[in-house]
Amino acid sequence: MPTAMQAATPTSPRIELRGITKIYPSVVANKDISLSVMPGEIHAVLGENGAGKSTLMKIVYGVVKPDAGEMRWEGQPVVVANPAHARELGVGMVFQHFSLFETLTVVENVVLALPGKPPLGPLAQRITEVSERYGLPVDPRRLVHSLSVGERQRVEIIRCLLVNPKLLIMDEPTSVLTPQAVRKLFETLRQLASEGCSILYISHKLDEIQELCTGATVLRAGQVTGHCDPRQETPKTMARMMIGKDLPHPQHGAPNVREPRLVLAGLSRASPDPFGTDLQDMHLSVHAGEIVGIAGVSGNGQQELLAAISGEEPLTEKHPILLCGEEAGRMEPGARRALGLCFVPEERLGRGAVPRMSLADNALLTAHRQGYVKNGLVRFAAVEAFARQCIDGYNVKCGGPQAEAKSLSGGNLQKFIVGREMLQQPKVLVVAQPTWGVDVGAAAFIRQKIIDLRNEGVAILVVSEELDELFEISDRLVVIAKGRLSPAKPIKETNVEEIGVWMSGMWPDAGDAEHRSPAHEEAHHATQA
Amino acid sequence: MQLKLETRAEPSRLMGWLAPLFAAVLTLIAGFILFSALGRNPVQAFYTFFVYPIRDLNGVAELLLKASPLMLIAVGLACGYRANVWNIGAEGQLTLGAIFAGGVALYFYNSESPLVLPLMIVAGAIGGMLWAAIPAFLRTRFNTSEILTSLMLVYVAVLLLSYLVHGPWRDPQGFNFPQSRQFTESALYPMLISGTRLNASFLLSIAAIAVGYLFLNRSFLGFQMRVAGQADAAARYAGFDARRMVWLGLLIGGATAGLAGVGEVAGPIGQLLPSVSPGYGFAAIIVAFVGRLHPVGILLASLLMSLLYLGGEAAQMGLNLPSAITGLFQGMLLFFLLGSDVFINYQLKLVRASAPAAVAPLGATS
Amino acid sequence: MIDTLVPIFAATIAAGTPLVFAALGELVTEKAGVLNLGVEGMMLIGAIAGFATAVTTGNLWLGTVAGMAAGAAMSAIFAVLTLNLMANQVASGLALTLFGLGLSAFVGKPFEGVSLLREGAPSLPLLGDLPVLGPILFRQHYLVYVSWAVFAAVSWFLFRSRAGLVLRSVGESPDSAHAIGYPVIRIRWLATLFGGALAGVGGAFLAVFYAPMWVEGMVAGRGWIALALVVFATWRPARVMVGAYLFGGVTIAQFFAQGGGIAIPAPFLSALPYLATIIVLVVISRNVATIRLNSPVSLGRSYRPD
Repeated sequence: MPTAMQAATPTSPRIELRGITKIYPSVVANKDISLSVMPGEIHAVLGENGAGKSTLMKIVYGVVKPDAGEMRWEGQPVVVANPAHARELGVGMVFQHFSLFETLTVVENVVLALPGKPPLGPLAQRITEVSERYGLPVDPRRLVHSLSVGERQRVEIIRCLLVNPKLLIMDEPTSVLTPQAVRKLFETLRQLASEGCSILYISHKLDEIQELCTGATVLRAGQVTGHCDPRQETPKTMARMMIGKDLPHPQHGAPNVREPRLVLAGLSRASPDPFGTDLQDMHLSVHAGEIVGIAGVSGNGQQELLAAISGEEPLTEKHPILLCGEEAGRMEPGARRALGLCFVPEERLGRGAVPRMSLADNALLTAHRQGYVKNGLVRFAAVEAFARQCIDGYNVKCGGPQAEAKSLSGGNLQKFIVGREMLQQPKVLVVAQPTWGVDVGAAAFIRQKIIDLRNEGVAILVVSEELDELFEISDRLVVIAKGRLSPAKPIKETNVEEIGVWMSGMWPDAGDAEHRSPAHEEAHHATQA
Repeated sequence: MQLKLETRAEPSRLMGWLAPLFAAVLTLIAGFILFSALGRNPVQAFYTFFVYPIRDLNGVAELLLKASPLMLIAVGLACGYRANVWNIGAEGQLTLGAIFAGGVALYFYNSESPLVLPLMIVAGAIGGMLWAAIPAFLRTRFNTSEILTSLMLVYVAVLLLSYLVHGPWRDPQGFNFPQSRQFTESALYPMLISGTRLNASFLLSIAAIAVGYLFLNRSFLGFQMRVAGQADAAARYAGFDARRMVWLGLLIGGATAGLAGVGEVAGPIGQLLPSVSPGYGFAAIIVAFVGRLHPVGILLASLLMSLLYLGGEAAQMGLNLPSAITGLFQGMLLFFLLGSDVFINYQLKLVRASAPAAVAPLGATS
Repeated sequence: MIDTLVPIFAATIAAGTPLVFAALGELVTEKAGVLNLGVEGMMLIGAIAGFATAVTTGNLWLGTVAGMAAGAAMSAIFAVLTLNLMANQVASGLALTLFGLGLSAFVGKPFEGVSLLREGAPSLPLLGDLPVLGPILFRQHYLVYVSWAVFAAVSWFLFRSRAGLVLRSVGESPDSAHAIGYPVIRIRWLATLFGGALAGVGGAFLAVFYAPMWVEGMVAGRGWIALALVVFATWRPARVMVGAYLFGGVTIAQFFAQGGGIAIPAPFLSALPYLATIIVLVVISRNVATIRLNSPVSLGRSYRPD
């Protein structure tokens, strides 16, 4: 068996894939994929959600076994038996959904991925050394659940760097970072590459790839649609390779803003969850006919804020939340929906929809107020008709109203859930991560529907970690950081740079209790009204 | 070549119904092997176990008599289980139902009022619900696992009954035996088929199946409970009150178990004894699962389980085997069912051991 | 005063020992993310297997080993169902208990009323002669000392060894453990077998040394109490020991109370351990944050690597 120790000619690629194929019962994840990466090259694997990028990387890392194809490591054919074997070869991987253990310390997390039995004390020392060398500060003795998302990613990277990798796989690493942190990460990656480490960089963000990578392989629906040098391309040409057509852009008119419909008037709450974020004195108002976006790095209180607004975790006081003029802080979700609130949550399976239930049953889940329950019994035929309306009106590709939610692709299920909420004539619509993990076509469709609804006079609050998306659809933006909300800014008066700074919690007068933001003012008017 | 489980794209509805049949067949095969291993002629043993008990009207009546509490409790438990409320203390709730009904019967000992039996029925249901309310309260108020509390309360209930029949409620003319007086006519269910022990409580059980069907499969509340059981975050998101689901799940199970307790003391037993049930409360858990938490399935499964009880008794007399063999068969049935269920979501595939897996030097990860 | 308390404490240790074994075993199983509610059934099978072997061979240690093997075999059924066939862990655990009840009653019929020579508890040299502590701690059955060794070993394994760290990581997040290359299913199998083996030993101790006899259903809820103890202990071995002896004490207290002529009807005293279980569960689980921080995150959830 070839090992990492064997000498390789400098011209042979660090890794080469030939004809990799992986078939799942319902989908062909990878079909006949070939690519090669040279030492010191930062190579992008580009493709939209569901194109098969993650599966391919799991194959390289030995987590998933390919059905066919060959892999060469420094010129020698190799079969990666499992991740430990991959690490032995010199492959490190930073997962999109981190593979960290929350109740263990940083150093325990690191030791789990290292060969042999290194003692923890010296290892902590090494972690500190590596973290300083690559500008990735982290305290090795802290418990992972107390770390921010960005810090967790650093732990994952350090974990890979400790074994001096020859190939580092980064799976969508920037989705959890502020624009400034992305720049910092790129510096680290370039430093690594200059030391001879190859990097496989998985992303669907074209501008990032252009900035960082020196080679790219584009995937679409599990197949390679082209190789290119991103520095020679434009985002538009790469988008063509990625989705087969031009990137769609939603139509956006000027807003016609009316009365405030959703007002946060000093919303504070200590999180009951020891791993959660406390919300502090939040002020915001969302008016009929506008879209307000909340930007922020995940884990800064978005979950807690959404649960407080939706009523899944009601407050103990009434006044901090005003919904269509009513004090709604203590109301249960049902009462808030009765006032006209609809909500698309972040998790589709298990929260927005019950995985093992039919689409019809999932329509009933929140739409039962539309007269689908009579004398305590469900009017199944009427529910099914409503589900069909969702399916037809929102282009949901599925096997009909009786298809299980779990059998739909992410994009189609998201369209169904968005449709279900929008068809209930909401007065206020709250949407979390509207296009997370959704293919480009569905994402454009959903964004357009959100804008259409705003044009019909609905008050819309969008929480997203994708800044591009927020800039595309919002009328005003606020930033959430460490459980606090920034002042709101009209989209035309701000830019990615500024919002990026705010995302680390540094907006003007942050923490100054005397300061009154415009949103603050509005909230007061609304309370008095 | 090796066998491999592969996830189905869609769970198989057909397998959902076939799995219980598979389980029953596998149980029979295991029984065949078991009887042979015990040195009995398996064919004859099968006849004694599964056919002899229901050879005549009386046998069928006994089958229905024993199926009655099983289906009644199981349909109640199914409401809870669908909502992920694991009430496994039905045996205790049954005992409390028996105690409450027995208390009424003893209090109105000489009364011939036609209201005594209805009062017993109401009291029994309340008794079962009270006992189930304890785990419901502790779960909703203190987040305490209902699995453990409801089970612990079984022991407490049995000890309570033991105290009563040894002490305050002991039959004064009973030669110090731990038992109450025999209930009078007004405190007993009327017979359905003369010459047998099948009584009117069976009608109650059948009614429970029908109501259970309406509730579980047609009502909005039943839908809410299913959602709560399958995805609690979705239930919270939709605004279904989780605490209400816990209360309902436990109270319904408690009420049906209590009613089953009434059925025993106002039926075949006719008095309070230290033990009023041969483990119906536990067997009903199996019935609920084998019946797929569906009322029709439960009806069929209760008949099968009842036959296992009768078979056990017949095996004791005809084959000289301990009647505890019933428990063995019950356990096997549930094992086989849980095992067969895998085919609902997965299918067996014959795969060639592929080249990558073959050379794995550090061992495969699965 | 001391003279009356010493035998009570000594009896408490003995009464708590089956719980120590069963709860420590279940603790390890649960730390790997597997919730096996079949402890009661495994203890029963361990008890009858141990008792039957001890009676037929006349060798108590062979009986203990048989109990251990039988407990492990029972847990293997559970492991096949939940780890390989992805069955629901709650339902499978219940099935295991019901099956154990039936099987032990069936197999145990011929052994009812059979007596096994009571093995006198040996006194350890020197230690056994200590005042007060000697009779309480060091004149116990050898298996009691074994239980202490198991406690030490489990504590060391879980929190000081790398293998224990891996086991905890599997219980924490099987996905992550799989992603960095640990064989989740195999680790869970081993943890489940370990839990079954210890439950079997606990049952065997009960039937072979403590009682010593076989009565149908003689475990009498101890398996469930052991499950409750793991929660009560917030998944920490030292607290399991405290809890187990606490319950041993409650069991013993009722005998002494009855013997001491306290005017409470016997059934109420017998109900004490069960009521005590409920009370400790309430006290510990009302603090949601404590449970959340200490319980293995993936406890009770099936896992299937793709």
